[in-house]
Amino acid sequence: MNSYYLTAILFLPAVGAIVIALISKKDDTLIKRVAAVFTGIPLIISLALFIAFDRSAGMAGVMQFEENYLWIAPLNAHYHLGVDGLSMPLVLLTCFLGFLAVLISWKVHERVREFFAWLLLLEASIIGVFVSLDLLLFFIMWEIEVIPMYFLISIWGSGRREYSAIKYVIYTLFGSAFMLAGILSLYFTTNSLSIVDIANQGLGAVQSIMPAAAIFWLLFIGFAVKLPMFPFHTWLPDAHTDAPTAVSVMLAGVLIKMGGYGMIRLCVSMFPDVAIDYARLLIVLALIGIIYGAAVTLMQKDIKRLIAYSSISHMGYVLLGIFALGQVSLTGAALQMFSHGIVTGLLFAMAGLVIHNIEVRDLSKLGGLVRQVPVIVAVFSIAGLASLGLPTTSGFAAEFLIFLGSFNSTVVPYAQVFTIIAIIGVVLTAGYILWMLQQAFFGPAKEEFNKVKDADGLEKFYMFILVAVIMLVGIYPAVLTDVIKLGISPVVNLIGG
Amino acid sequence: MDLHLFIPEITLAVFAVLVILIDLFVRDKSWLRLVSLSGLVIAGGIAVAMWKGLDCEMPRYLFNSMLAVDEFALFFKMLFAGIAFLVILASTDYVAKFSRFQGEYYALILLSTLGMMLMASAADLISLYIALELTSVSLYILVAFLKDRKSTEASLKYLLLGAIASAVLLYGMALVFGATGQTQLGAIAQSVQSMSISSITGNPALLMGIVLMIAGFGFKIAAVPFQMWVPDVYEGAPTTITAYLSVGSKAAGFAIILRIFYSAFGMPDWLSTNWGTIFAVLAVISMIIGNVVAIPQTNIKRMLGYSSIAQAGYLMVGLATLGFASAASIQGQSTVLFFLASYALTNLGAFIAIIAISDKIESDNIDDYAGMGKRAPLLALALTFCLVSLIGMPPAAGFMAKFYIFSAAAQNDLLWLVVIAAINSVISAYYYLRVVKVMWLGKPASEEKVPSSGAPRFALFVCCLGVLLLGIIPGLVMRLSEIASRLISF
Repeated sequence: MNSYYLTAILFLPAVGAIVIALISKKDDTLIKRVAAVFTGIPLIISLALFIAFDRSAGMAGVMQFEENYLWIAPLNAHYHLGVDGLSMPLVLLTCFLGFLAVLISWKVHERVREFFAWLLLLEASIIGVFVSLDLLLFFIMWEIEVIPMYFLISIWGSGRREYSAIKYVIYTLFGSAFMLAGILSLYFTTNSLSIVDIANQGLGAVQSIMPAAAIFWLLFIGFAVKLPMFPFHTWLPDAHTDAPTAVSVMLAGVLIKMGGYGMIRLCVSMFPDVAIDYARLLIVLALIGIIYGAAVTLMQKDIKRLIAYSSISHMGYVLLGIFALGQVSLTGAALQMFSHGIVTGLLFAMAGLVIHNIEVRDLSKLGGLVRQVPVIVAVFSIAGLASLGLPTTSGFAAEFLIFLGSFNSTVVPYAQVFTIIAIIGVVLTAGYILWMLQQAFFGPAKEEFNKVKDADGLEKFYMFILVAVIMLVGIYPAVLTDVIKLGISPVVNLIGG
Repeated sequence: MDLHLFIPEITLAVFAVLVILIDLFVRDKSWLRLVSLSGLVIAGGIAVAMWKGLDCEMPRYLFNSMLAVDEFALFFKMLFAGIAFLVILASTDYVAKFSRFQGEYYALILLSTLGMMLMASAADLISLYIALELTSVSLYILVAFLKDRKSTEASLKYLLLGAIASAVLLYGMALVFGATGQTQLGAIAQSVQSMSISSITGNPALLMGIVLMIAGFGFKIAAVPFQMWVPDVYEGAPTTITAYLSVGSKAAGFAIILRIFYSAFGMPDWLSTNWGTIFAVLAVISMIIGNVVAIPQTNIKRMLGYSSIAQAGYLMVGLATLGFASAASIQGQSTVLFFLASYALTNLGAFIAIIAISDKIESDNIDDYAGMGKRAPLLALALTFCLVSLIGMPPAAGFMAKFYIFSAAAQNDLLWLVVIAAINSVISAYYYLRVVKVMWLGKPASEEKVPSSGAPRFALFVCCLGVLLLGIIPGLVMRLSEIASRLISF
C-alpha cells in the first residue's frame, strides 16, 4: 500500500535546498546544476506517476500512491499523502514549473546560493499542499510557503520590493489565521484531521455542534485571499510586479492555485450544502473579479503589472467554474488552473526576458520589437493568444468548459445570465492582450533596441516546451480531463448536480 | 521523611554554596561555570531518574504535605535545570563584563533555579510563598548585576513592583485562608467543594482572595495589566538575565498558577468557568497590548519584552481552557506545559543569538543589526529561525505549540479567543519580520565579521535543534506533558 514516490517528490527539492546551502557560495554553476537536478528528478517522477495514474472509472474519488503513517499520536495527526484526479495535474504542474523556474533563473547572479535554496523550498512546500491528506500537514505546508516567498521577493525583487513582500506575508497570514480557526473547528467537531475521512463521513455530526456555514467561511477566507478573489486581491499586483521572474512564474503558475484547490478539496467537498446555499453570492464575486480585473488590466502600463491583473480576471473564471457546481464546470475550473499555470507562467517568463534583455518595462516605451527579437515576440504572442482563449490553446479548452458548465448549471438559479456576463470578460481580455502585443512589439521599429539580444538556447528550450504543452492541452484536453474527472465526480455526486 | 525525593533541590543548594566557596580560593574563574553546569546536570539528571522511578507506591509528599513530588513538578524541574544550563552556557563571554562577583552571579542563578523548582513542587500556600520569594530576591540582585544606571534602575523598579505584587499575593492568600481555614492546596479544595453555591457567592473573601492571587501571579508571568516592569527591566538587566527572566520566571509562574487553580479551585465547574473567564480577558488584552506596543520598539530587548507579554497572552488561552474544560480534562494543563517547553527553547535561542551579536557590536538597536546576514550568517540564521518560531509558523516549535493550545481552546467553546489569538499572531509577524528584514536586507555598517565563541554557539545549536524537533516530531514531549498533567497531585 505504502509507496514512497510522493515523499520523494515532496522532499527532494527540500533536500536540494540543504545541499545547495552547503556548497561554496562562489561556485554559481554548480549551485544551478544541483538545483536543476533536484527539481528535475521530481519532475520525472511526477511525470511517471501521471502516466501510471489509474484512469479507470472505478478509481473515481480514490486516492492513489497513498502513504499513511501515524505522526503525532496525541493529536491523532498522520503523515498522510496521496493524489487523486484533482491534485495529480497540479502536482505535475508544480514539478514542471519548479524545474523551469530554475532554468529561468539561470541568469541570476546576486546571492545565488540563497536564491536557489529558497526557490527549492518554495517548490517543496507547494507540492506539500497538493499531496497532503491530513489537515495539520496541509496547513503546515500552506504556512511554510510564506517564508521563502518573503525572502525571494524582498531580496531579489525590484521596485517597492520590501513593501510588496511584507504585504504578501500579512495578507497570507491573515487568511490563514481564519483558516486555522476553521481547521480547528473541523478537528474538534469531527475529531479527525483526515481530509478523506471528513469528506466521506459527511457533516451530520458537525452541525449538531456548530453551524457548518461558519466553518465553511473560516476556511474559505484563507483560500479566497490566496486565489485571490475580489475583494482580497490587492496583494497580488504588488507581489507579482516586484517579484523576480522565476518567482512570478511560481506565484502565478502554482501558488495561487492553492486557493482554488483548497476551495474544491475542503470547502465544496466537505460542505456541499453550504456551497449550494452561497453559490450565487460567490458567483457574483467571481463576476466582479472577472470584469473588474479585466477592466483594470486595460489601464496598466507596466508589462508585469498587466499580466498580474489579468490573473485576477482569470482566477475569476476558476471561481465561477467551481461554484457553478456542475461536473463540466468543475472540470473546466480544474483545467483552467492547469492551463493558467502554464500560460501565465510563460507570459511572466517572457515578460521577465523582455525586462532583462531590453531593460524597459513600460509598455509605452517599448514598440516595434518584432524585427529585433522575433523569437521572443512570437512566443509572447502565442502565450497572449492562449491567455485570451484562442482555440487550439489550453486556454480555450478550459474557458469553454467553464462557460458550458456554468450555462447548464442546475444548482444555481439564473446561471445563464451570470455566464453571459462572464463572457463579456473574454472580450475585454482580447482587448488588453491585443493592445499589449500591439504596443510592445508592433508598429515602427525603434533604433535604440537594435542591439537587443533575442532569446538564447536555454531560453528557447523552456519556451518551446511550454508552448508545446499549451498546444497539447488545447488540441487534446482529454489528456488532463480524463484524470481530472476522476477527482471531480465524487464532488459532483455530493452536490447532486 | 523521604529526603531522597528532595535530592535535586539539595544538590542545587550544595552546588550554590560550593560555587561561592570555590570563588574564594580559585583564581581561574572558568571553574565556577563548570561547577555550576555540573550541579545543574546532576540535579536535572536526578529529576529524570525520579520521573522514571516514580510509581504510585511512593509517598509523594514531603514536609507535612508542603511539597508534592509528582510528574508535574518533575517536568518543571527538568525544564528549569535545562533553562539554567543554557543560560549559564550563554553567559560564558558575558560574565567578563563583571569584574567582580562572578561566583555570586552563578550562585544566584542556581539559587533562583532552586526557588523555581520549589515553586513547581509547592503544595501549600506557605511553601509556595517562600519559594516565590527565594526566586524573586535572587532575580532582583541578578538584574542589577551590570551596576550601571539602567541596570540599577531596572532592579529597583523590579524590586518595588515585585514587592507590591508579593503583598497583593499575600493578601489574597490570607483571604483564601480566612475563607477556608486551610493553607494546604488539597485541604483548600475539599473545603471549597464542601461549600454550597450560595456560601461561596455570598462570601466575598474567597472570591476576592482568588482575584488578588491572579493579580499577584499576573506580575510573575507578565500579563497585562501587571506588565509595567517588563520593558524597563528587560532592557536594563544583563541580557543573559533577561533571557532567564523571560523564560524561567514566566514558566515558574505558570507552574504555580496551574497547580493552584487546578488543584484548589478546579472544582466546582461554575467556579472554574468564572476564573477561566478572567484569564480569557487577560489573555486578550495581553496579546493585543503586547503585540501592538512591540511594533514601534527600536531596542530589540524591549521588543522581545513586549513579545513575551504577548506570549503570556497565548499561554493564558491555555489557562482559560483549563477553566472552561471539565475538571477531568487535562487539555488545558498539557497544552500549557508543551507551549512552555517550546517557548523556553525558542526565546532562549533568540536571546542567546542577541547576546552573541549585541556583545560584539555593543548595541541593542534593531537598526544596528543591519547586514548581520553577511557579518554573522549562522547567528542571523538561528535568530531568524527563532523569530519565525515566535510568530508561530511551521516548521518551528512555535507553530505546534500554538496549534496544540488553540485546538484545546477551540474544543472548549473558546473559538472566539482562538480567532483573536490567531489574528494577533499575524500582527506579531510584522515586528518579528522587521528584525529579519534588517538582518538580511539592510546594509551592514561595516564588513567586519561578528565572531562568537564555542559555548554560546553550542547553546544556540541546542535551542535551534530543539525548536526544529518540537516543530516536526512533537509527539514525545506532548506525551510527557500529558503524563505530567494527568498525575498532578494536591
